[in-house]
Parts: sequence; C-alpha cells; structure tokens
Amino acid sequence: MHEYSLIQSLVTRVEAEAAARRATVVHRLVVSIGELAGVDPELFQTAYDTFRAGTICEKAPLELRRVPARWACPSCGKEIGKGEVLTCEGCALPARVAPGGDEILLETIEMEVP
Amino acid sequence: MCTTCGCGDTKLVPVDVHEKILAGNDRAARHNREHFLEQGVLALNLMGSPGAGKTALLEATARATHGRWRLGAVSGDLATDNDARRLEAAGIPSRAITTGQGCHLDAELVHNALHGFPWRDLDVFFIENVGNLVCPAIYDLGQAANVVALSLTEGEDKPLKYPVMFKAADLVVLTKSDLLPHLDIKVERILDGLRRVMPHPSVIQVSARTGEGMADWARWLEERKSRVPKRAATSPGHVHDHDPSHDHSHPHADGTVHSHTHEHGGGTDHGHGHDH
Repeated sequence: MHEYSLIQSLVTRVEAEAAARRATVVHRLVVSIGELAGVDPELFQTAYDTFRAGTICEKAPLELRRVPARWACPSCGKEIGKGEVLTCEGCALPARVAPGGDEILLETIEMEVP
Repeated sequence: MCTTCGCGDTKLVPVDVHEKILAGNDRAARHNREHFLEQGVLALNLMGSPGAGKTALLEATARATHGRWRLGAVSGDLATDNDARRLEAAGIPSRAITTGQGCHLDAELVHNALHGFPWRDLDVFFIENVGNLVCPAIYDLGQAANVVALSLTEGEDKPLKYPVMFKAADLVVLTKSDLLPHLDIKVERILDGLRRVMPHPSVIQVSARTGEGMADWARWLEERKSRVPKRAATSPGHVHDHDPSHDHSHPHADGTVHSHTHEHGGGTDHGHGHDH
C-alpha cells in the first residue's frame, strides 16, 4: 500500500510546479507506470482519487500510461521475452530493461497560468 | 482578452516534467549514501517477507564473524521494537524504526534514525527493512547493496511472483536451509526462477541455526566491504584533528554524549571501540 505515499509525493511535486509558475488551476496529469515499477495502476488511481480532494489536483483527472518491461541485451540488442532467463546467450551478458519499464514518472502537468 | 484592468487572461499550458515521482526520496538516499561512503561504512538494505529470517540472519552473522567487524542495525517494524531488542541481545547495536502503518522504510526515515545512533563507528550497517516482498523494493535508502532473504519455506515460485523485489536484489540469501529435508522443495527451481527475474543472479544458501553457508555470506560481506573506500582523514560530519591522541565526543542511541581519548596509529583508518 505504498501507493498512498507515492500520491503524496506526486501531489507535493505538482503543487511546487504550480506555485513556481503561479498556476491558478491544474487541469490534467499524465503519469507513466512501468510494468516493473512495483506500483499497481488501479490502486494508484484509487489512491489519487481519494487524496486529491482539497489539493490543487482536485479537478485534475489522472491519465496513466502503462509501460511494458522490455528486456534486451545491452550489447547485441537481442530482445529477451517475458519469463525467459535474463542473460543473452550469444554475448553471455545480463539483460537490461528498457527505460520506463521499471520507473514511475510524472510526465506532464496541464495547468492554467496567467 | 481583458484590456481594461491589465489582469490578463490565463492560458492552458502543458508542462513536461518527466521526473521520477520518487525523486525526493532518491535525493534523500543520495545524501545517506554520501554519509556512508564518507565514513567508510558498508550499508546494506536487508529485505524479505515477514518471517523470512532477516533478524535470525543478522544474529547468526554476529556469531559467525566473532567481532571481526563492528556491526550495527536499524530495524523497520510496524508496531514493535522486538527485532532491535533481539539484535542488541546478539551484540549488534540497534535502533527500531517504528513505521506505524508504513509498509516500507524510506530514505528520510533512515536518515532520521541515524541521528544519535553511533553508525559512524561501524564497519557494516544493516538496514533491516519492514517484512514485505513488495513495497520496500522501490525505495532507495542509500545502501551499497540490496540483500533479499528468501526462506525455503516460502515456496519455489516466490521469485516469479515478486519480480520487482528480486530484480532489485544484489544478493538473495536462501534461509532456513536446515529445513530442506522436511520440505517438498527443489532449490534448483528457486534458482531457475531467480535467473528469470534477476539480471545478475547471485545466491547464497544458509542456515542461521546450523551455521551452514555463513562462511559464504561472510565472504560476500568481506568482498562488499573491500569496495567501500576507507574513511577519509578529514571527513565532514566527524571533523577533528588527526593528532595521534585526541578527545572527541559523540552522541549515543540513548541520548547521552560522552567524550573519550584514544590513540591512533599513523593510518587514516580510524576505528575505535569502547564499552558503555
């Protein structure tokens, strides 16, 4: 249930950005959630809808973008499918996950500024 | 457009941020990491399910290493300080971090716990996380490495069920090895699962009860310790002259501060132990 503490960080970050730009209202947020970010998108959405009341995000719907985890060899680029051993057979190297697949990112804030 | 009062109309703008939501925690973790590196302390984040044997592993570590290193720990727990008391009894200075309903430790909780705790005097500092195979994985605490304790009694499929935790692990310690004869478990199946979720699979099988595998675990600690630079002679946070003999004071977990004198050799590695 760390989704609530994540939402708290998210709202604090949005409030800081809005204050810096003297925004009067925030209209929309876009957040991307990687498959291996350790965050449940539904829980995240629920936590947001609960927490946003009384904050600058009160009227801002949250758009979630799910990013699949894509593993590939850092040398030859060969993709490693879901559930496979995370080593490139040809290069004998550990696979690496593509950016975004294990992250939770605040992408965009749509706000009304003077 | 309002042209009379000069207030101006507002406009709708999309602001691209593209920033980690945990950026604040990551900053605090970097700060902790700098502290640990400056002081030459190996900090390890020990995670695992409730009952995986995290505390028992640390107790056995104290037994197996016979005072070779100065060990210390903070233990995250929802409601009790049982783990910290067990570790104290095992000779590991410890402090409890009671998280209330919090399911994980974050970098700030760890930082706050450092105040008044003699962590600078340690060789190895264990951060025993809240028992949980999900949430703690995504919070950087400033550790040098993540260690995940997985007990054989938890079943063969845990790595595949909790990929985020095992992906974050630098080492998996398979605990309760002494129970293997009583379980319908194939260790090879656990290892196979780990290879599918860990890009750098590294596993040590131990029994805290019999001491099996504890030498391998101690070697792993030794190797990790060797990667931590020795404490610098004039490191911030512990500033004092390096005369061969000097006084200094430092606060303790119980809030007391005391001064003492001790001798140094010519080296910059400035460890000291003393009784209270």
